[in-house]
Amino acid sequence: MEKFTKVTGIAAPMPLVNIDTDMIIPKVFLKTIKRSGLGVHAFDEMRYDRQGNEIPDFVLNKPQYREAQILIAGDNFGCGSSREHAPWALADFGIKVIVSTSFADIFFNNSFKNGMLPIVLPQEQVDLLMKDAERGANARMTVDLEAQEITTSDGTVIKFDVDGFKKHCLLNGLDDIGLTLEKVSAIDSFETTAAQARPWV
Amino acid sequence: MSAPKTLYDKIWDAHVVSEDADGTCLLYIDRHLVHEVTSPQAFEGLRMAGRKVRAPEKTIAVPDHNVPTTLDREKGIENEESRIQVDALDKNARDFGINYYPVSDIRQGIVHIVGPEQGWTLPGMTVVCGDSHTATHGAFGALAHGIGTSEVEHVLATQTLIQKKSKNMKVEITGKLRPGVTAKDITLAVIGATGTAGGTGYVIEYCGEAIRDLSMEGRMTVCNMAIEGGARAGLIAPDETTFKYVMGRPHAPKGAQWEAALNWWKTLFTDEGAHFDKVVTLKGEEIEPVVTWGTSPEDVLPITATVPAPEDFTGGKVEAARRALDYMGLQPGQKLTDIAIDTVFIGSCTNGRIEDLRAAAAILKGKKIKDGMRAMVVPGSGLVRAQAEEEGLADIFIEAGFEWRLAGCSMCLAMNPDQLGEYERCASTSNRNFEGRQGYKGRTHLVSPAMAAAAAITGHLTDVREMMAVEEA
Repeated sequence: MEKFTKVTGIAAPMPLVNIDTDMIIPKVFLKTIKRSGLGVHAFDEMRYDRQGNEIPDFVLNKPQYREAQILIAGDNFGCGSSREHAPWALADFGIKVIVSTSFADIFFNNSFKNGMLPIVLPQEQVDLLMKDAERGANARMTVDLEAQEITTSDGTVIKFDVDGFKKHCLLNGLDDIGLTLEKVSAIDSFETTAAQARPWV
Repeated sequence: MSAPKTLYDKIWDAHVVSEDADGTCLLYIDRHLVHEVTSPQAFEGLRMAGRKVRAPEKTIAVPDHNVPTTLDREKGIENEESRIQVDALDKNARDFGINYYPVSDIRQGIVHIVGPEQGWTLPGMTVVCGDSHTATHGAFGALAHGIGTSEVEHVLATQTLIQKKSKNMKVEITGKLRPGVTAKDITLAVIGATGTAGGTGYVIEYCGEAIRDLSMEGRMTVCNMAIEGGARAGLIAPDETTFKYVMGRPHAPKGAQWEAALNWWKTLFTDEGAHFDKVVTLKGEEIEPVVTWGTSPEDVLPITATVPAPEDFTGGKVEAARRALDYMGLQPGQKLTDIAIDTVFIGSCTNGRIEDLRAAAAILKGKKIKDGMRAMVVPGSGLVRAQAEEEGLADIFIEAGFEWRLAGCSMCLAMNPDQLGEYERCASTSNRNFEGRQGYKGRTHLVSPAMAAAAAITGHLTDVREMMAVEEA
């Protein structure tokens, strides 16, 4: 996994609440057996009409947001299915950070596994960032994972929380499976004990 | 004496392999269910790293999302990408030696129906699957939740998951349900009360008399939609109803092992005085048959209500409601029972079990669906289908004008050819009414199987209790 340390980029506002994984990547694109190439289909039904033409009103189609790396989103972002195609599509589009008042659990976890940082902030701070993002290409924010700080375009600094283990993995680009396999003897001994306690499993 | 524990605490504690100082745990996984959509990249990852499946005997795979449900499906899958995905699962199951139910097997069906049916899902287990509706298995008192594809690969390789413990939430449904009210109405009513993010960060334990009174099928319907309320998992403590359902299933323990298992299962309940971080209580007798009007499962109202206005909401929900009404083509103040329906879908991991088909058939018996209505029943597994045929339910559906399909996920998420057309309106027993979920611009109203059957007959959303009253008179 690629390391995540600091991102400076354009933030796009998506204030709609309950943006679900069917919106982020509709099911027709779940038929792939690859992880790559989904960025062009991110938000497909909001982004393109039936003929495949861009819908100009959609935020990521606007000239000032086409290169966005940060999304400022409404409450409960990523609700719905467990499809990792959602973070794959966003990451492939170029999104590195998503800020919201809350995320669906599975989407939240999936994001970290793909080098993306979801940040939860209180409503007032999300509102402030949303306002900043609405300024278009001038809204260049910096997200510093090490310092756990977002710096807005006017220099306002907002601190955020992040799970220590997840932060460590992102900063160092660590692969979970490799880390867990270092504990293989603990898994072995758990299996031995569990096989005696619950032999029917 | 140790501190009182919740059911969730007990199952969690029995599966911790190791715990770091910050509370990050390695949790052992007893059952890993796999389907064709969220697994190909995980198996590919294993191949690239030269890894094996650590516990193939605890891994169970079945294709469900892409499979056609029409009677001619033995001729193969027409859509090339769908076919490649199912073929990939065939190959991965073979190469890695995991348990597998191919499309040709009568036991094939929706993964969350096959697992319990075959006795793979047992009380006290940890169960995961690359599918958010894994919450279904919580009905057995198993800690069960959906995971992403990276985690699927992690479980395949290590049989564990890296997890932090969630908070405990209790949802109690007191008293008795009234006639015409079902498990689907309970689970939608709970989401209506808590919102789709109300359960985020929690594992829900459902309890109370109305939950105890439910069959295993009903309990699975309730837990299935825990995820729609934002909770990773829903749980119901196992009891005699659970043990009776499990006993004799192909992969359930037998003989002395059954007795040993039963002894442990009987300890799986929340201790008196255990701490819950959040408690929600609904009165069973106050729950009415419900229906969704919008594009989020929290947009739920009793069938007797009218379509709300955006101004009835606050915050970000005002704009979301405006968008939902526009998408759904509805006007504020319109009676829900005046909404005309084009299509009825009965099936899915929420409502594709035998009891669901019985409930729908009871309403449809001797009746015909409205002229021009498209109606289909998609049983949750080949075995549910066979049982429904044996009980005469299939004949009732067919005589009423329903299509009688083969097992699969079908129009719940419309990855196969079973889809809504643009602006087509559907009364559906599935779990999500998101924009485009059942087809591009398709409009979904979530309902119980009995309510879906009633709508098929009248051609509009209908209070099933009125039909029941007519029958009793």
